[in-house]
Amino acid sequence: MSDTAPAKSTVSVEINGHTIEANPGELVIDAAERNGVHIPRFCYHNRMRPVGMCRMCLVEIDQGRGPALSPSCMIPVTEGMKVDTESERTRKAQDGVLEFLLINHPLDCPVCDKGGECPLQDNTVAYGPGESRFVEEKRHYEKPIPISDLVFLDRERCILCDRCTRFAKEVAGDPLIHFQGRGSRTEVNTFPDEPFSSYFSGNTVQICPVGALTSSSYRFKARPWDLTEVESTCTTCSVGCSVTLQSSRNRLLRTMGVDNDATNWGWLCDRGRFDIEAVESDNRLAEPLVDGAPARWSDALRKAAAAISGALRDVGPSGIGVIGGARLTNESAYAWAKLAKGVIGTDNVDAQLGDGLPGELLFGLPRATIAEACAPKGTIVLLGSDPKETLGVLYLRLRHAVVEDKATLIELGHGASGLTRYARHALHGEPGGALVELAHQAVALLPEGQPVTVVLGRTSPTEDPAVLAEAAQVFAAYGARFLSGLTRGNVHGALDLGLAPGLLPGRVTLDAGRSTFTDAWGSVPAGRGKSTAAMLAAAADGSLPVLILLGADPINDSADRALAERALQRATVIAVDTFPTDSVAHASVVLPAAGYAETDGTTTNLEGRILPLRQAVTPPGTARADWAIAVELATRLEADLGFDAVEQIWAEIASLSAAHEGITAAALASARDGVIAAGSGGSGGRPATIDSVPAVTAKRVPLDPTKLRLVVRRTMYDGATLTQQSRSLPSLYNDNEVRLHPLDFEKLGVDEGADVTLVAAEGQLTLPVVSDRGVVRGTAVVLANVPDAPVNILLSPTSPVIDVRLEVVR
Amino acid sequence: MTAPIVKVVTSRFDIEDAHTLAVYERTGGYEGLRKALTMSPTAVHDEVKAATLLGRGGAGFPAGVKWGFCPPGVWPRYLVVNGDESEPGTYKDRLLMERDPHQLIEGCLIACYAAGLSQCFLYIRGEMALAQTRVARALNEAYAAGYVGRNVLGTNFSVDIVLHWGAGAYIVGEETALIESLEGNRGMPRLKPPYFPAAIGLYGKPTIVNNVETLSNLGWILRNGSDAYKQYGSESSPGTRMFAISGHVKRPGVYEVQHGITTFRDLFYDEQFCGGIRHDHQLKMFIPGGGSSPWFFEEQLDLPLEARPVGGAGSMLGSGAIVVMDETTDAVKACLRVVRFYARESCGKCTPCREGTNWLETILQRIYDGHGRPSDIDMLLDVGDNISPGPYPSAGWEAEGLAAVPFPPRQTTICPLGPSAVAPVTSALRRFRPEFEAKIRRRAVNIPLRVEESAHV
Amino acid sequence: MSRLTPENEAIAREIISRYPKPKSALIPLLHLSQEQNGHVTDEAMVHLAELVDVTPAEVIGTCTFYEMFKREPVGRYVVNICTNIAFQLLGAEELLHHAEHRLGIKAGNTTPDGLFTIEDVECVAACTEAPCLTVNYRYFYKVDGEDFDAIVEDLRNGRQPTRKAAETGPDGAIPSHGTLALERQHIPADRAAGNADPDSAPAPVWLEQQA
Ligand SMILES: Cc1cc2nc3c(=O)[nH]c(=O)nc-3n(C[C@H](O)[C@H](O)[C@H](O)COP(=O)(O)O)c2cc1C
Ligand code: SF4
Ligand code: FES
Repeated sequence: MSDTAPAKSTVSVEINGHTIEANPGELVIDAAERNGVHIPRFCYHNRMRPVGMCRMCLVEIDQGRGPALSPSCMIPVTEGMKVDTESERTRKAQDGVLEFLLINHPLDCPVCDKGGECPLQDNTVAYGPGESRFVEEKRHYEKPIPISDLVFLDRERCILCDRCTRFAKEVAGDPLIHFQGRGSRTEVNTFPDEPFSSYFSGNTVQICPVGALTSSSYRFKARPWDLTEVESTCTTCSVGCSVTLQSSRNRLLRTMGVDNDATNWGWLCDRGRFDIEAVESDNRLAEPLVDGAPARWSDALRKAAAAISGALRDVGPSGIGVIGGARLTNESAYAWAKLAKGVIGTDNVDAQLGDGLPGELLFGLPRATIAEACAPKGTIVLLGSDPKETLGVLYLRLRHAVVEDKATLIELGHGASGLTRYARHALHGEPGGALVELAHQAVALLPEGQPVTVVLGRTSPTEDPAVLAEAAQVFAAYGARFLSGLTRGNVHGALDLGLAPGLLPGRVTLDAGRSTFTDAWGSVPAGRGKSTAAMLAAAADGSLPVLILLGADPINDSADRALAERALQRATVIAVDTFPTDSVAHASVVLPAAGYAETDGTTTNLEGRILPLRQAVTPPGTARADWAIAVELATRLEADLGFDAVEQIWAEIASLSAAHEGITAAALASARDGVIAAGSGGSGGRPATIDSVPAVTAKRVPLDPTKLRLVVRRTMYDGATLTQQSRSLPSLYNDNEVRLHPLDFEKLGVDEGADVTLVAAEGQLTLPVVSDRGVVRGTAVVLANVPDAPVNILLSPTSPVIDVRLEVVR
Repeated sequence: MTAPIVKVVTSRFDIEDAHTLAVYERTGGYEGLRKALTMSPTAVHDEVKAATLLGRGGAGFPAGVKWGFCPPGVWPRYLVVNGDESEPGTYKDRLLMERDPHQLIEGCLIACYAAGLSQCFLYIRGEMALAQTRVARALNEAYAAGYVGRNVLGTNFSVDIVLHWGAGAYIVGEETALIESLEGNRGMPRLKPPYFPAAIGLYGKPTIVNNVETLSNLGWILRNGSDAYKQYGSESSPGTRMFAISGHVKRPGVYEVQHGITTFRDLFYDEQFCGGIRHDHQLKMFIPGGGSSPWFFEEQLDLPLEARPVGGAGSMLGSGAIVVMDETTDAVKACLRVVRFYARESCGKCTPCREGTNWLETILQRIYDGHGRPSDIDMLLDVGDNISPGPYPSAGWEAEGLAAVPFPPRQTTICPLGPSAVAPVTSALRRFRPEFEAKIRRRAVNIPLRVEESAHV
Repeated sequence: MSRLTPENEAIAREIISRYPKPKSALIPLLHLSQEQNGHVTDEAMVHLAELVDVTPAEVIGTCTFYEMFKREPVGRYVVNICTNIAFQLLGAEELLHHAEHRLGIKAGNTTPDGLFTIEDVECVAACTEAPCLTVNYRYFYKVDGEDFDAIVEDLRNGRQPTRKAAETGPDGAIPSHGTLALERQHIPADRAAGNADPDSAPAPVWLEQQA
């Protein structure tokens, strides 16, 4: 195309007689939509490349040579173009397409999940012919076939719009469903015995414009007109995908992605989409428990307060520790920070369970948004856990940046990830310091003059966070910006609001925030408290008699299972949770919390973006919001947190926090994409936020040739509580295995498939061994948190690396 | 007066073993290439432009002009040779590939040299086993003899010609579907714009798609010059063209005729061509340019074989396939048969084509089977209108006061396949509506398609 | 065992090497597997997916678009009778009926002895020679019932049919179903110009130097 673009930055187009300004390159269908003219469509989806297949969007377009019926999803706007979406010819063409589509579409709307929210049904009412003139027999296929564990396909209903298949290939990168056959015998299907096992399969159900794809989770559950819905945010991981929560008669039935331009573009991963089923689980904690027996709230709270008061009396504030908080809303996180640090006075508070990074590191590095990281032609450095397994939709965005927008990806890590195949360079090394050298190598590979974003997370719980800090500084010195790759739901909100040792709400240190928060709270802890690992160690040796678990399961989910067990056995445990986990089983007081979709509030994603959470259903039994539990516990401790509604908490945050200055409830309500919390640098009398990182030099630990260095990898479906408590997902996890580089087999004298025992200082674990070219030589890769094969029995948070001996089981 | 026969591309058809390199070289083969290599690529390109070599694949676009559509400075550029010949009635490219494969190879080389095309893919229809054998052998010979590959004939011109073959799908003849197929995909046409793969084609790079016959002319043009070429044919359609005339003529066959000056009447009745309608029957109708073209009748016999007048008269010359039908032909059945082809061959991408062609076939079948309803005729036209919003191109019929509707049709689809299915419907209904009505009224009384014994000529 | 044999895998790799992108070789490779097994098996498709680095779903997507690829066993000889318009006008339907009657099967089916499959196909590009048929894509022109019987008889008895065969001699020999060209292209390494990489190929040297 010649670009004789006029000087002005928009293109004037006439639509139905009204002149509108469109963006250059914008498609007619989008320009019309933005200006309130809806053009019907089936195949077009604004987040995928147009295919122009369905022909539903035909309208009359005059580009200077007279009006001609043209697909508006394929034609970019041009200056002076005239579009008529209501002409007689347009109407007839749309009518005709609908009639064609209905030829072979079964009229089973009354039993179809899509009935009532079906674009085909809606378009037929709005644009279609009154009745079909087609009298012959329709095309028939065997009734719905499962194409994966989560998705059913009814080929008779399919109108061949190519949305699901395009999604699978273009967006998810998993082309496991495909058109087969030709012409009117075309169908969508999988390869025989090779299911559509994509982490993103649920999106196809959502974007199918008819009821051809249905989720096994929602099938026949409800009719759309019975549903009430609220907009909220998924907190399964830290990407913060926008969703609607759909419920009926106080039952949460379905969640759908909402197109948030900043974050998820409408997509969800299957884990996020389906683990909301756990809300409905029969296993939910619905009543308080004291010593394992149901109790009244007043008794449970009194017992908890007594334990805390006892520890305060016997040991002082350092005798109490709070582990967890990444599951909470921002408001609850603040309430608990205030309770712990302001009322109880302990700084032993940690929302991370030894698999994250220090909050100071994140706060001290310049941050980037997802959009900045994924900017066309930019450079992305991956230095963290595998986004495909841990941050599903971020993986989609990164993949899109590389595949569609020509971004360059450089991967650093302990082995291949789901993004390795898209990486320009993949630099892999073992834990123990190698990443620092690789970071220097990577800097030399960075293309000149392009913005660089590092996605920074914890590569493996067996890698020393100091190594990552040192590697990050190599990129910081280059001028890179950083996107956090920490994965837990609202870990960023928890860190921002002070649920970490040494921090106070607003990304400030204890010292920087001391005066502000002493004024506001009455007192703040004197010195830096313990991390999760240190709290568990202290609890195990008796110096920390009370442990409060805020939705945390350290036995399964921390870096040292044995230590966690000893700690929970010895300490008095107060658990605030939604499910009776292995850790909760040790609690003398269990306070049932309202879970996801059961409270209002906000959450903070990995960009620091504040996004809304909305209540869709009431909590089970007498369970209540975490912040409300904090308020009541404070009362029993003879303190007043000063709020009794979510809005009041937010107002307090906005008035005190340096990172949340100006983010009022009104500002949040009017922001479509959420609002980024940014450091304010101490303006308006607020404390200064952390804005630099101290230089660190991490310890280098050379490989021990007689051993294997352990790498622990996270996977999408694991033993996580919600995953295991949902209906659809529990069985989807992969069995645990030891992965070795093929060339290490001979040296070690093992055969592929043999059972081997990994022997570490802390414990041992027996698993089958498989070969994998993506593994770094000299390392052994094992999956984290797989039910019945817990790798954390090998780990010790205090060792910089974990080296294991491998014994063949005969 | 019929123009004399001139042989440009079929000159070796009567020579034994013309498909071998030895015979080809002996009969002037590769001289055009040698000549081209002494000229600059621009000069070769200019020569082809000067010859006004019109594409023979269907659209009739001048090859030299098309080569010029490649965006400057974007590399590499590819050549894709369209040897997928499957249009009903079309039968010429197969002969060119079987009988004179080196002539095609020479044409490919000249095109690559002139237009700066770095690799050539020669796509042969899957069913053409012999053509594949002959082209493979010819390529092996040509590589060994230094005509193809690295440093052609010792020059700095290097290009590989890769033999590729399909697997049975008419739509793959459409150039963007051809490219999809060559990328290993389902052969479904790509969206337009861009209108020419010369802008974005194979692997997203500039790609020239040319028909086998188009390219087969190049050796001759370079050897003899564009002036010599333009002595044949008409001014706007110089040279010659191959036509396959099938159906009810006395001597069906493939004839190379002078472009633009020979008429349909010459072809059908002249003794040097088909020699008349079989059994001296009356002509009923004929398909002038492959199954996709609207039908012509008696009245159009004196049109010259040239794109513009034929287009103005309501049809197209297409791929040089003419099917002649005499008075014994059942118009409903012929219409049904052509429609069935498109219904079977729709790629399935566009809703109107995928569903509409099948629906047309269903309705026609029930009319033919004697289960038609009076409303079916309007329905046929209306379904056709939803695939190709009318008025549909058709021949004029003065006796009935009907003017010609010029080519091409409008379409609600991506490619012209769907609309092609409407051609026989509107053609037949406009001219032979009473036959349809009779079938509907009388129910299941079918005129046999062939009244006499089989017409082996 | 219907993955490609080692010999065929070597051929497959040579074919793949001629394309800038491996997936382009997919249709030729599907033919190669059909040549080996008479039809395209699921195992072969999985093998081809590995060879060209796509998913098996993508292979089956391509495979099922093209009607020459058979996913079920067919006869040793696939007899295609064109019934398109030019042929219909001259008796193709009668020929088809004759063939069906003679072999005792309807079009689309295979004789119980596994020797013949009949198909009613579209234009085979021999329109001036109607009616006509192909056997494993080898042409027989202007065929009537008697000719058909003779061709079938010859094939049954292991003879190369000559009656009405459009090409005789080695070029026209009829191998069993799946084999197309009797000669493969081979580009000698010392003569190859090399693939034009779509991502990085430079301007052709001859253009630059001659312009
Ligand atoms: C449905 C359809 C089928 C076609 N089939 C063929 C074909 O079999 N052979 C061919 O050369 N061109 C065919 N064409 C035309 C090609 O798209 C393209 O115009 C042609 O190959 C260009 O070559 P030329 O410029 O040398 O004619 C077909 C077009 C359409 C729309
Ligand atoms: S018109 Fe028919 S053949 Fe052409 S692209 Fe559309 S569906 Fe395919
Ligand atoms: S929405 Fe434009 S063709 Fe389908």
